[in-house]
Amino acid sequence: MTLPQVPILPILPELILTLFGIAVMLFDPFTAKPHKSWLSSLAFIGVLAALAGNVLLLAAEGEYYNGMIIVDSFSVFFNFLFLIIAGLSILASRQYLVREGVNHSEYYGLLLFATVGMCFMGGANELIMIFIGLEITSISTYVLAGFRRTDLKSNEAAIKYFLLGSFATAFLLYGIALMYGATHTTHLSQISSALLTGRIDLRLVLAGTALMMVGFSFKVATAPFQIWTPDVYEGAPIPVTGWMSVGPKAAGFAAFLRVFFVALPALDQKWFWVLWVSSVLTMTIGNTAAMLQSNIKRMLAYSSIAHAGYILVAFAALTPNGIASIMFYLLAYSVMNLGAFAVISAWSLSGERRVTIDEFAGLGYRQPWLAAAFTVFLLGLTGIPLTAGFTGKFFMFRAAINSKLYWLTIIALLNSAASLYYYLRPTIAMYMREPGESGRTSAPQDSAPLQISMATKVVIAVSVLAVFYLGLFPSTILDFAQSSAFLVH
Amino acid sequence: MVPLNYFLILAAILFCLGVIGFVMKRNLITMFMSIELMLNSVNLTFVAFSRHINVLSGQIFVFFVMVIAAAEAAVGLAIIVAFYRNRESLNVDEVDRMKL
Amino acid sequence: MLRSYLPILIQIILASLIGFGILGLSYLVGKHKPTPEKLMPYESGVRPTGSAHERFAVKFYLTAMLFILFDVEVIFLYPWAVIYRELRFFGFFEMLTFILVVLAGYVYIWKKGALDWNKN
Repeated sequence: MTLPQVPILPILPELILTLFGIAVMLFDPFTAKPHKSWLSSLAFIGVLAALAGNVLLLAAEGEYYNGMIIVDSFSVFFNFLFLIIAGLSILASRQYLVREGVNHSEYYGLLLFATVGMCFMGGANELIMIFIGLEITSISTYVLAGFRRTDLKSNEAAIKYFLLGSFATAFLLYGIALMYGATHTTHLSQISSALLTGRIDLRLVLAGTALMMVGFSFKVATAPFQIWTPDVYEGAPIPVTGWMSVGPKAAGFAAFLRVFFVALPALDQKWFWVLWVSSVLTMTIGNTAAMLQSNIKRMLAYSSIAHAGYILVAFAALTPNGIASIMFYLLAYSVMNLGAFAVISAWSLSGERRVTIDEFAGLGYRQPWLAAAFTVFLLGLTGIPLTAGFTGKFFMFRAAINSKLYWLTIIALLNSAASLYYYLRPTIAMYMREPGESGRTSAPQDSAPLQISMATKVVIAVSVLAVFYLGLFPSTILDFAQSSAFLVH
Repeated sequence: MVPLNYFLILAAILFCLGVIGFVMKRNLITMFMSIELMLNSVNLTFVAFSRHINVLSGQIFVFFVMVIAAAEAAVGLAIIVAFYRNRESLNVDEVDRMKL
Repeated sequence: MLRSYLPILIQIILASLIGFGILGLSYLVGKHKPTPEKLMPYESGVRPTGSAHERFAVKFYLTAMLFILFDVEVIFLYPWAVIYRELRFFGFFEMLTFILVVLAGYVYIWKKGALDWNKN
């Protein structure tokens, strides 16, 4: 009797996260209420262990499990990104959850499970695997969005995300089915070679491509499938919004990039124009609507739509440099946005009050460090030099110019300039206005000194450092991204 | 043997019915059932293709889709129940706390 | 092509003939003496109270959701069972892992009290 050797290394980060996730869920009923916080530490240790496991993956490149999973520097890069996002989100959530009275350990379990799904999306080499990863992520996220279950806004965020999310998933899945019917396979590289033979039903392939595009566009929130974003981001708990705007979005882009560059390069002249138009719409809608918002979460929701539009600019460049710049930008955007949401979470009051832009008035005097960090994140999101946002955008737009996408780059630059208007509004409120000037009456206990937990401070400090590090010394990470982008292309 | 196209056309019709149901209906449960109809039409497509090209993989995919649909159903129902407890309504037009 | 459906058509005709035939025969031949007991929905069962169209407790939904999950997860046992002999011990341990994960979920819902009908 011989046991077949099953390699576990290729999915080591996912396995570790799953085990820790199950442990967090199972220990919860056995832990007395005052001691629940150790479960969030357990989840954090799980993320650290998975990071260590991910380092081992670097030495295990190749295709595994009949080609369903691929380990290459592209997937390793995204694993790192997802794990960093998960770690920062766990740290940034604890104080908020305790304050809002929803400190259930399922939160951390779901966060870990969602990260498992995201890692599978980054490492999937096959359409069904992408679908499974996407659903693991989405189903966990539906619950997280509604985590404040007695709050109507949170309920609504969950319902909207759930209904529209599963609606979009059905489109993606139908696209996969048509692609399977046309090419007789779901493996990305086999689809690509089947397309090159020319002996396939092109109508099925085009319909499948269009449907998959709808599904992916929804998941990464690009026009015209971005309508769900503002409501869901506004209603979800603050740390969840921060996490959603970077994690599942980055995972969506990872799968989007791999499917379209590995499986469908033969059709790139057909889907290029769709990306072009969608990019223009996404940027413009996002930036225009962001200017009109008074709620900071909603403003950042539209800002997140706009950033997806910038990413599509580099996507449309159709070059390895474009892919590398997207990977770099996703990392830069993640630290900036997570940092910004950590600040919002620290400044807001229980019941998610004090989240309008006007209510940031006086933050500059009361919490100079917090205000300074927030300013750094907002300037980074605008794309001011020295910050990660600037270098990221610079690489993306340079990739677009190298592919002669002059008009698209000009539109993107104009949009970036316009975004300065709304990113400056909270900054002006923080430094140039007195609290109470907005005419709102604030309760006396609201002006009590802020208690910011150590974990939140760590998240904000790490994010600030990362924003400057990526802004000043981008070459290490960009080189790594470039080496993996050539593999995908 | 029934030709492949019949299955595909039936599946496409079912999928469109699901889309129409999702867009037209105002009841959360009905909208949710429309999504299930869409997923099942995809299952039909998978099985039809799988039989046509004589490869079993398509039928295995259906297993995964069914299990995922069940997980989605459980979570979706739970979310809808939580909403109903707070709002005493299943009408999607009352999901309106955050309109512009 | 329609020809392959002929047996189904024959079966439909036969089945309806037999069904309607027996019902019609007892209607024509039998005696009719309706009493209030006979006209009740359950002739010798529980006396119905109130309308059937009332709200159900949310507990039913919870139980139904849990049932769906555990019921559908079993679907993976079917293909496994078909080729169990070929998979040998490898298949056994694979399925053991799967069952353990499902079991972890079961322990979780049990300890959380989701199976306790009297708990609110």
